[in-house]
Amino acid sequence: MTQPFVHPYIPNSAPETKAAMLKAVGADSIDEFYVDIPADLRMNRPLDLPEALVAEQDLVSHVQALLSSNVSTKENLSFLGAGTYNHFVPTVVDEVINRSEFLTAYAGEPYEDHGRFQALFQYQSLMGELLNMDVVNVPTYDGFQATATSLSMAGRMSGRRGVIVASDVMPDKLSRVQDFVSPNLDLVFVPTVNGTADVAAVAALVTDQTAAIWLETPSFTGAVETAIQELADAAHAAGAVLVVGTDPVGYGVITPPADQGADIVCGDIQSFGLHQWFGGAHGGFIAVHDDPKFIMEMPSRLFGLESTDVPGEYGFGDVAYDRTSFALREEGKEWVGTAAALWGIAAGVYLALMGPEGMAELGETLLARTQYAQQELAALPGVELTDSALHLREFVVDFSSSSVSAHSVVETLRGQGIEPGVVIGEYELLVCVTEMNSQTDIDRLVTAIAAVTANAAVTNTQEKNA
Amino acid sequence: MDRVIGLLVNPVAGVGGPAGLKGSDGAAVQAAALARGATARAGERALRALEVIAAEHPGATVLTAAGSMGADAVAAAGLSARVVYTPTSPTSGSSEGIRIEAAGAEATRTETMGAHTGGTETTGTVTARPDTTCTKGMGIDVIGFSATGADTAGADTAEADTDGADAQGAGAARAEATPADSAGAHSVRPKASRVETTGADTTGAAAALVAAGAGLVLFVGGDGTARDVAAALAATQTPSVRDSSAPASPNRVEGHPQHPVPILGVPAGVKMYSGCFAVSPAAAGALAARWISDPTLPLAEREVLDVDEEQIREGRVDPKLYALVNVPFVVGRTQSRKSATAASETAAVGLAARGVIDAMRPGTLYLLGPGGTCREVAAQLGVPNTPLGVDAVQDGQIVKLDASEGELLELLSAHEGEAKAMVTVIGGQGFLLGRGNQQISARVLRALGPDPLRVVATESKITALAGRPLLVDTGDADLDRSLTGYIRVTTGVQSAVVYRVAATS
Amino acid sequence: MSLPVAPKPAVRRFHQASWDEKIIFELSTPGERGVLVSRPEPGVRSAVGDVVANLPVSLRRKKKAALPEMAQMRVLRHYLRLSQQNLGADLNIDVGQGTCTMKYSPKVNDALIRTTKLVDLHPLQNEADVQGILDLIWRLERMIAEISGMHAVSLHTSGGSTAIWMNISMIRAYHASRGEADQRDEVITTIFSHPSNAATAKAAGYKVITLHPDADGYPDADALRAVIGPRTAAIMITNPEDTGIFNPRVKEWVDLAHSVGALASYDQANANGILGITRAREAGFDVCHFNLHKTFSTPHACGGPGAGASAVSEALEPFLPGPVIVRDGDRFSLNRDRPQSIGKVAPFYGVVPNLVRAYSWIMALGAEGLREVAEIAVLNNNYLMKRVLEIPGATAPYAEGRRRIEQVRYSWEELHADTGITTEQIGVRMSDYGMHYWTSHHPYVVPEPFTLEPTEAYSKDELDEYADALTQVAREARENPEIVRTAPHNQTVHRTHEDTLDDPEKWAITWRAYQRKYFS
Repeated sequence: MTQPFVHPYIPNSAPETKAAMLKAVGADSIDEFYVDIPADLRMNRPLDLPEALVAEQDLVSHVQALLSSNVSTKENLSFLGAGTYNHFVPTVVDEVINRSEFLTAYAGEPYEDHGRFQALFQYQSLMGELLNMDVVNVPTYDGFQATATSLSMAGRMSGRRGVIVASDVMPDKLSRVQDFVSPNLDLVFVPTVNGTADVAAVAALVTDQTAAIWLETPSFTGAVETAIQELADAAHAAGAVLVVGTDPVGYGVITPPADQGADIVCGDIQSFGLHQWFGGAHGGFIAVHDDPKFIMEMPSRLFGLESTDVPGEYGFGDVAYDRTSFALREEGKEWVGTAAALWGIAAGVYLALMGPEGMAELGETLLARTQYAQQELAALPGVELTDSALHLREFVVDFSSSSVSAHSVVETLRGQGIEPGVVIGEYELLVCVTEMNSQTDIDRLVTAIAAVTANAAVTNTQEKNA
Repeated sequence: MDRVIGLLVNPVAGVGGPAGLKGSDGAAVQAAALARGATARAGERALRALEVIAAEHPGATVLTAAGSMGADAVAAAGLSARVVYTPTSPTSGSSEGIRIEAAGAEATRTETMGAHTGGTETTGTVTARPDTTCTKGMGIDVIGFSATGADTAGADTAEADTDGADAQGAGAARAEATPADSAGAHSVRPKASRVETTGADTTGAAAALVAAGAGLVLFVGGDGTARDVAAALAATQTPSVRDSSAPASPNRVEGHPQHPVPILGVPAGVKMYSGCFAVSPAAAGALAARWISDPTLPLAEREVLDVDEEQIREGRVDPKLYALVNVPFVVGRTQSRKSATAASETAAVGLAARGVIDAMRPGTLYLLGPGGTCREVAAQLGVPNTPLGVDAVQDGQIVKLDASEGELLELLSAHEGEAKAMVTVIGGQGFLLGRGNQQISARVLRALGPDPLRVVATESKITALAGRPLLVDTGDADLDRSLTGYIRVTTGVQSAVVYRVAATS
Repeated sequence: MSLPVAPKPAVRRFHQASWDEKIIFELSTPGERGVLVSRPEPGVRSAVGDVVANLPVSLRRKKKAALPEMAQMRVLRHYLRLSQQNLGADLNIDVGQGTCTMKYSPKVNDALIRTTKLVDLHPLQNEADVQGILDLIWRLERMIAEISGMHAVSLHTSGGSTAIWMNISMIRAYHASRGEADQRDEVITTIFSHPSNAATAKAAGYKVITLHPDADGYPDADALRAVIGPRTAAIMITNPEDTGIFNPRVKEWVDLAHSVGALASYDQANANGILGITRAREAGFDVCHFNLHKTFSTPHACGGPGAGASAVSEALEPFLPGPVIVRDGDRFSLNRDRPQSIGKVAPFYGVVPNLVRAYSWIMALGAEGLREVAEIAVLNNNYLMKRVLEIPGATAPYAEGRRRIEQVRYSWEELHADTGITTEQIGVRMSDYGMHYWTSHHPYVVPEPFTLEPTEAYSKDELDEYADALTQVAREARENPEIVRTAPHNQTVHRTHEDTLDDPEKWAITWRAYQRKYFS
């Protein structure tokens, strides 16, 4: 090294400063600080890493070059969902969460990070209005974790292990939940009927060992549950609770689950002001009623409103900071860590911008476009819907009657710049429609799929004739 | 709404320690201490605590006892004293400084309202310093609580304080807090009233404070004072053994109902095995100040231990467990909390008890030692309990309540199969054996065979040891040695600490 | 005579922005709109009819959600005001949040991620269309593998604690694969390891045994020896510990674990001072994790999203969550066929924006830069320790007289005994000087604790300013305790009451609950 290494991110790498500081602490070299690290644990070579791009412009060129080969859903026409959704993000949302004061804040106390506390209290409150529930947590990692935690809460509260899974659950979510709850809960699956819960079958399985009925609405296939109240009644009759996993995007027009007996409502907030980010922007919410029995089992932070020494001034604080457990079982208590607070602020800004009218309109648009896409696709020969349930945003089309694999539909349409959906079975495609997909977009999808199935029909006929 | 504290000062607390008398219980000792030039410092320590309270709650009213038992210090701190007790001793009264009015009347303020106590040196010559040879090892503390005062008492060299449960009020005892020392620039000491007090005065004052509505009894003294205060509270409360038919709730956030009025010791004596003292007068003041305005401040249960000072002066240390009391207990609202923590020490006790019950085995005879944690075990098992004694339990049934050593030995000889002593950490110094649970003697432990102990304690009691080992002192050096090393302490459901055990010998 | 301006005082005269802002619901004006939404086209409407009216009655929302109605700029202004009322790391000398490595999050990395080539990627797109991001993530995995010395890396988790969860989950799966899941029901950690280790292990169903330090303040190897055995599933430890003390016998610990068939898991949350100095591999660990939002600079974002990186040995590689990125020549693909995998730990592939930030940070520094980061972080820490220990009443318990790595857990025990002032009160008062300050994890093993971690990001002058402010507050505690007790004085809000926060009848977790409890 001919020149001392001085890096813009490391002020005291300046040689004079370094020397002065060493002198101040009475050390001859920095190595003295590492005296507790034995020689056999020391690295005896430099790390084998790529050449550094110390000039910012070189770094920018390099990273931009890497990312430039991606082709985004802005360049393609996307009907992909299955956990990450392409909703519109109002510009003000990004403006707010990219503010350095929010982006780089962390663990300040309520008096010094007042803005963070208020923003997250407002997030809780805005979600509470949408969900008609009095208690919403500061976001946990994602909807998977929120669901796993909600079920675990039910287990701890009741001291029971049984969970009856009444809906079609996204496989990745189920995988996460199982990994998390397996020490403490046993899941029993009840197959759905026509896309939604088989209420009678579920009710028949509820016993005094049941901690919760777990419902997903919209389900993995986008089906909206209509029998929430019946399932809640079945759970409550046995001292169990109803846990509803959901995407809250439709509750501007759809009755929130709390109004139909749900005890814990949970899910993901990615739909509210978060871009797709290659699946890398998720936050989990857990909502309950204002009942300490539930609240004390929530592992997340809860910010509460407070007064201060000055009349008219709002303060904030952590509600039930040390949660007394009213649990019948202590096992499986969870932790609190750095999770997804900034995404919560984003979702709050989103809901504030949307307002009651915006959320109602969004719900209507999603229902309308979803039904439109369903109708148009189902009208195609060789394309069928897998059920007749009400769907929000997602639904499954089945190509088996045209003997076209879902994969081949995807491959063909990708060639035309369309991502038609997620393959979930040999002939089954999970299609997602959001407000980002106009009638024209949907028509383009339908036309492209029609061509594939028509082609297949011709081929099939030829094969039969041959 | 602010809550009201009661203050009681044992004015002769600590008089014997500096005099090298290993305690000051008893009139003769106090007289001897005074003869050696010792000066009680309790008044100064009370003032230091009260100044902190006054800073937070200017002009607050403090219920207290007359003269040097409290009112002097209260007035000196600029607070309003409402005197609810006047010592009954024959010569009580004031010789200088404020005049004590009739019980229940407002004491007049003194003219000096210093906000800061510069030095604590007294005008009297301190002729002997306490023996500090093992103060480091045996000192301090619980989070916020100390087993020892500023003049730290070692376990083996416990100095005495002056309260004297056995003091009989003979006229000879005369503690004198001298007037303010002009040498300290801002030093203000309470104008002292010359008051003779006895253990009976402590007890009487504590009872009067509670009767007058004090929600927290702040006392200035040592173990003997703590013992007298606890005795007074016990007499004013519904006793004692918990209703075992009530469902076990490990999560009560309040303290134990046995002594719902919490106490807090301002360390002024030097013989302080008990776990009810703050680390310093200022720390006690800060905690009391917070208690006044924060009705949610949690409580913890701590032991009151006391040694017969005659024994100490004869070179023996054999502290007995006299009471369990509630103390305010702050752990701090920590940021970046990573895991669920018990909302209070009481909840933590519940969880520790659940943890150790999970590991109890059928057919094993358990000798359940004294202390709040073991009582919680009994409560969760649904059996009656002797909080200050040893009970034998097997398969969820009581075999023998409040067993003596001899009865324990009989039980063990009759018992087939495994038997264990289930003990908790007693007092602030980390004793597992030999303090307050002497029934579990060397002979009993030998009868239990190898691995005789099951230890249950809250995490805060372990961390409060600040790295000092748990201690055993059975009087049998070989046995003590066999118990040293590392032991598993159940601290909760699914959690344990492995901690070092040492012998005092 | 207005010039020259007098010199600045030694300690900054700070005041935080204080907008006295209402709660957003109070800003609502009926009829205002913040953003309009794409509506169904006439063609769609005519095809599907009135979808809302056609909803089953039970599903039709009766009353619109009581969200605020606000024009766009009003929403913006409200939230920008809130943003100013934070002491973010970009603004304060954020050395007071020890264990969290509050370093500079370079702005260039925030700019680099704001491209439609990342923002608008869907995780299930054609792999051919996402080669760039797969390439980048793959490279980051390899860099973390080199930095840890481990065999394989997963970047799926979105925080540090969940990364530790993932590690314990893999440990559980490993023992299960060997038929020892039931036998091994205990996990051993130390009191000065990050508490997430104990918390996640408990959540995974393990009994957790905590070891306290030995007389010198080092992790107690004899205690470990006394308790480790056939029931041990893993040791889960941090090194250096939260005291800043490096366990010199860590290899002995790992060897002890291996000798009884247990695994050794290394929490590298405190890695900032040892980058390029020592690695998990050299000490023999089976699995470790880093917090990308600590050591690798991604912003803390008000408490997430962060990102975790777990690195494992060959033996644990099969248990990594799926899918994993596979490189074949120049092509990258996602392998979902992993029979022994623990399954998903988070949606898709992790917190992608933070992965790009962390990658860019490492690329800006390289091997030499990472080592410089470590060395300066350690220099800064020992320098700050010298300054802090000059303050009467401040001490650094354990390992007296020894150097520390990247942070120190200090104690105000003496100051508290003298004045009654607590570490929390010191912290509040520090904010009056524009400085954040933190105490410690629970429980307070060190009495009246505070934990400072200066990282490499702050200059000597800034460290001096922080130490000066601490000195000033400690002096105030002795000379003018009133000002400390009644703090904050220069903050957004004044002393906040806490008496309703623990009372179910009174607490208000949402605006609606507040309205219901107090105004109805």
